[in-house]
Amino acid sequence: MGEFQVHRVRFFAYMPAGIRCVAHSARSARLALARTDGALEVYNFAANYFQEKGIPGHETRSTEALCWAAGDRLFGAGLGGDISEYDLEKLRVKYSLDGFGGPIWSMAADPSGTQLAVGCEDGSVKLFQVLPDKIQFERSLDRQKGRVMSLSWHPSGTRIAVGSIDLLRVFDVKSGHAIQRILVDRRLQGLYSCECVVWSVAFLSDGTIVSSDSVGKVQFWDSEKGTLLETHPVSSSAALCLAVSEEEDSIVVGTSEGAVYQFQLLPVKWGSAESKWVRTKPFQHHTHDVRAVAHSATALISGGLDAQLVIRPLMEKMHGKGYDAALRKFTFPHRRLVSCAKKAGLLLFQFPQHLELWRLGATSSAGKDGDILPVSRAPEHLLQLKSKGPEHICCSCISLCGSWIAYSTASRLHLHRVHVENGSVSVKRVPKVPKLLCSAHQLLCSADSTSLFVASDQGAVHVLKLLEPGGCGPLQTLRPNSGSPEAVYLLAASADGDWLAAAGGDWEVNVYSLRHFKPHCTVPAYHCAVTALAIHPVTNNLVITHSDQQVFEFSIPDREYTTWSRKVQQHGLHRGWLERDTPITHITFNPNQPAHILLHDTHMFCILDKSLPLPDDATPLMNQTALKQLSEKARRGHAHAFKICKKYQPLLFVDLLEEGSLVVVERPLMDIKTQLPPPVQQKKFGT
Amino acid sequence: MLTEQNRKVSDQKPLGCWSVKQDQTITCPAVCNFETGEYIAVHDDKVLRIWKDEDVNLDKVFRATLTADVYRIHSVPHTEPLVLFKGGAVRTLDALLAAPQQEIENVISDENGNYFVYVQKVNPNILHKYKLEQEESFHPLSFTAYTKNKILTLLCLYSNGCVYKLLMSLQQRVPEEEQILSKSLLLKMVVSDTVLKGASLAILDKDHVAVLGCLDSPPNIAKECLSIWNTKFQTLQTSKELPQGTSGQLWCYGEKFFLTHGKVLTVIVYKCETSSLATAVGKLKDTQTSGMRTVSSYVNWNTLQEEDLASPHAQQSVAAKTESKRTVSFRDDSSQHDIEEELRQFLSNAQMSDFQATVGYIITGLVNRCKTEPTFYPRHCLVQLIQTQGLSYSLCPDLMAVALDKTDVHLLQLCLQQFPDVPEAVTCACLKSFLSISDDSLQGTNVNLDSVISFIDITPNDQVEKQTETVQNGFSSALMEEDSCDIQLTQKPHVVDTEELCPVGPQKAALLNAILHSAYSETFLLPHLKDLSAQQVILFLRYLQFLYIKCSEKVSTDFPGMLSPTINQIMDWMCLLLDAHFTVVVMLPEAKGLLFSLHKFVRAQVRFCSELNKIEGSLQELQRIKHQKDFGLYSIEMLELV
Repeated sequence: MGEFQVHRVRFFAYMPAGIRCVAHSARSARLALARTDGALEVYNFAANYFQEKGIPGHETRSTEALCWAAGDRLFGAGLGGDISEYDLEKLRVKYSLDGFGGPIWSMAADPSGTQLAVGCEDGSVKLFQVLPDKIQFERSLDRQKGRVMSLSWHPSGTRIAVGSIDLLRVFDVKSGHAIQRILVDRRLQGLYSCECVVWSVAFLSDGTIVSSDSVGKVQFWDSEKGTLLETHPVSSSAALCLAVSEEEDSIVVGTSEGAVYQFQLLPVKWGSAESKWVRTKPFQHHTHDVRAVAHSATALISGGLDAQLVIRPLMEKMHGKGYDAALRKFTFPHRRLVSCAKKAGLLLFQFPQHLELWRLGATSSAGKDGDILPVSRAPEHLLQLKSKGPEHICCSCISLCGSWIAYSTASRLHLHRVHVENGSVSVKRVPKVPKLLCSAHQLLCSADSTSLFVASDQGAVHVLKLLEPGGCGPLQTLRPNSGSPEAVYLLAASADGDWLAAAGGDWEVNVYSLRHFKPHCTVPAYHCAVTALAIHPVTNNLVITHSDQQVFEFSIPDREYTTWSRKVQQHGLHRGWLERDTPITHITFNPNQPAHILLHDTHMFCILDKSLPLPDDATPLMNQTALKQLSEKARRGHAHAFKICKKYQPLLFVDLLEEGSLVVVERPLMDIKTQLPPPVQQKKFGT
Repeated sequence: MLTEQNRKVSDQKPLGCWSVKQDQTITCPAVCNFETGEYIAVHDDKVLRIWKDEDVNLDKVFRATLTADVYRIHSVPHTEPLVLFKGGAVRTLDALLAAPQQEIENVISDENGNYFVYVQKVNPNILHKYKLEQEESFHPLSFTAYTKNKILTLLCLYSNGCVYKLLMSLQQRVPEEEQILSKSLLLKMVVSDTVLKGASLAILDKDHVAVLGCLDSPPNIAKECLSIWNTKFQTLQTSKELPQGTSGQLWCYGEKFFLTHGKVLTVIVYKCETSSLATAVGKLKDTQTSGMRTVSSYVNWNTLQEEDLASPHAQQSVAAKTESKRTVSFRDDSSQHDIEEELRQFLSNAQMSDFQATVGYIITGLVNRCKTEPTFYPRHCLVQLIQTQGLSYSLCPDLMAVALDKTDVHLLQLCLQQFPDVPEAVTCACLKSFLSISDDSLQGTNVNLDSVISFIDITPNDQVEKQTETVQNGFSSALMEEDSCDIQLTQKPHVVDTEELCPVGPQKAALLNAILHSAYSETFLLPHLKDLSAQQVILFLRYLQFLYIKCSEKVSTDFPGMLSPTINQIMDWMCLLLDAHFTVVVMLPEAKGLLFSLHKFVRAQVRFCSELNKIEGSLQELQRIKHQKDFGLYSIEMLELV
């Protein structure tokens, strides 16, 4: 009933960039994350940690610090010396301002969110005022010697603790004078020749300053007296970052050995009023430097140079077993980096600064389940397209026939015409591609390869006619009836070329009629982020998956949810399905089996057979092995709608080629690990 | 306070300066009466002046004219100043002021060519008179004295460059006949013809004296110099030339020399190392060694406090600080708080080369005082010093004994964790002490719990629910294997709670971990281990068993963290303990269950290992197959979903 030849692809050498800094906003339950390549991501904790926004990286941008200020505005600063505000609706840098203090190592917003303090290479701490649509230099605190590596505001907003080389200082914000200078001990294990970098500081409301430094100590200081209260050696290398919970009763510290430690303020004795900071829990989820940590109300968040984001819930803060109660690791993006030319058997891989085009191999044999077939034609690397300029690629696509490749950077859309004939490949850039006023967030070719859809700002979708032998027509624009400020990030076109569905940052899904070139309808609003969209080639039903793992089917012609979709909602999805931890990132269909929907996340792919009954929580969700042992007849009694395969993982992409074979793109974690630089040097005896 | 010949009482940075009238002469060094804060000076031999800080004109202050010439006034802390007359009589100042015109007797006899020593004991007034042994052509230049065990030791410097030691007993009544003091040569400083002029002498410690003076050997120009001599080895420890000349006076206070050098007052810090032949050898030639350093030529009198001469403002070497610290720690009257404060300052900017030695020195001083003074125990200081990580057991051998005495478990834990050379006897003593302390009394102690957090939950557990088994979809190893537990999913066996709870509290566990972590040699440890009582052995065994089971639960068989015990340490200690107490343990009824379960557990493990050995070949084959499957970057496979 469902037998496939599977092209198991592992040659997509995708390398996620290391995580440099994070900023958690309790107010909006979001986490902003900057990577070493300058890319920015925003995770929505309320939507099952979905990575709802992404701003592509930039060759020259290196973000060292991120902070939320003035409500939900996000600011970043880096070694380029610029302070930038991010536009989270249009998904780009809104503006940048030179701090005039050399590279910026640290930045923090004051408790009221109206001022930014940045710490610069030249030893100055500069204050910027946050105005409604810009920031403005206000003044500098007294300049001191030594770069400012870290800073933290006192919750009252009157003091700033500043970490430098071998030193901690406390500044009075009003006067701008340094009122306390604390020497940080270089020595932990006899060595005091190398300097001690205070990587991170936190200023608590009782006047305690917490510091973590390159010697591997976490220290607690009395800011009034300038005295050391406690020292905790946590690492034999560096303690790189720390974050304090909002109640100031818990601290999370990240070290360069990949370990994360929790400190808690616990009563000295049972029931005693006097309490003390105690190192309570060690966690080792990373293999490399943990450069960034954050502390949400219920979880410790850490990000490392091994590119993993780990959200480790605090079990004592958990009530019952929910989605939040499990450890989460994020290595792969929640968006598609692979596109497939189904008709031509080509795969297009998107890298930060280039694209790779591959042709799949072939076999002349047949076999049964589990067999590995001899490859008669090896896969072939056809083409590498390098993007020019410092901007990273934000989206790309290949047409189903494989003759058009489009990609976009933050400022430019590029279109190429590809000819693949008998092993020879030629590629021609399409001249005079209309210049977009704003960046493209997603690209899609129509099924007949005559149009290119470009997802854009404010809910708009541009349509570009693709003309043979290698040109393009003018730009036409579809806009939703409701004026949405958010950018569109997902597109789906119907096989007959009549319909286009677009989902935006406000989670609204608009359907346009391409025949009449106007909005057709809007899918009823649902309170969770859309993770994937697809239109069924036969029925024109739009299948939508959300980050809370719900699946909807919406009939475009009837402008309503289908009967099956209502049945699913009534019956409820299986608990095992709802508890998966990664979102569905791609949906496809099997034209030969109209009742089938193929979906995948990072850890499984699933054929959803609408003709079969939905499982209830008592029956196991993953039943393939068991079913295979049963007789044909007995299977019928046990089969249910979800046919899940976990053989291939982690999965970056699954699609069904036109001739019926399946292509899966895997990226084994081990392959990523082997390409990471060696972790911190650890002294081994005798070396 | 400085008195100069040219009729001026002054200091260098005038805090106050007082002068007498043009025609008057100050004839005796002015002193300060510490009790009243008054200054006392004498001019024109007989006129006594007493004034305070706020007085401006010396002419208008209190004056008293005496009947005899004053030689010196001695100001001694906690007592009334003493006035010494040229005739040898001694009066307390208040007695003198009560009747200034009283008759002053003459004590000194005029016998030419003879030298006498008069010892006046005040309260009750007893006068001893001794005659010095005759010495041809040399005369005494300076002397200094100290009392010990009612014996007065007088060191006398003669102009021939010899220091003689004279002993006088103060107990006996004044005898009728004249006593002749015999002197013994303590030190011979100069050779042959040189003559010492204008010298003064000071005792530094039992083996060292300092001499300030001018050596005049005819062909050379006379040079004034300050030198420290080791009397034990008769060697010159160090010396310093003072080319601008001195007044010939030398004061010692708090391991610093004060002397005038040219126009300025110089403070020199010194340090007398414990005498050893090694340090004494070879110093004679090199007279410019670093044992003595000029700290600052100018004393900032503003910051000169009673104890802390080495103020943070004056430029100074760190050694000066160290010295003042050492002084402080030896001073019987400095409180723990003071010591703490000093230590904090010392540690805050200490980055010198002999840091380790200095820390060792300080801690020895503190420990010595702890031993003599039962109430004295600067816990915080000791902890801080240990945390400098420069110490070892041999540097301060008594520290752990003192801590054991005070049952300071935190300190003991630190020592065990940081000292590489704790003797087995002490380790065992600690173990014994830890095992006998109740868990309740350990609650709230400062014990570092880092080594137990991986197997004991130390967070207050009223809120902590039992950690529910949570779904980690992509990451749980069980689910990684394709559909491996499809059918069993509903009856997934729950991990059986370890029937054992930790037999000791977290604090005690942390302390015992420190023991497990310390280095030992079996041969030396075994005899001491036998000292443990049966109850202690059982408790320790139970804890070790708990650790062993906890360890074995994990695949890696090791706890994370630097300080947690390793499985090998646990096994070794378990074996050692059983070896040491085998006969006892076998006889004890309460040990039976423990031994039985241990035996069962070990046997199960052995069996498990032997089973693993049996299937080793198959496992390797499996691995080989898995590797084979894992080929290449590309494959075409068949998949059927039913």
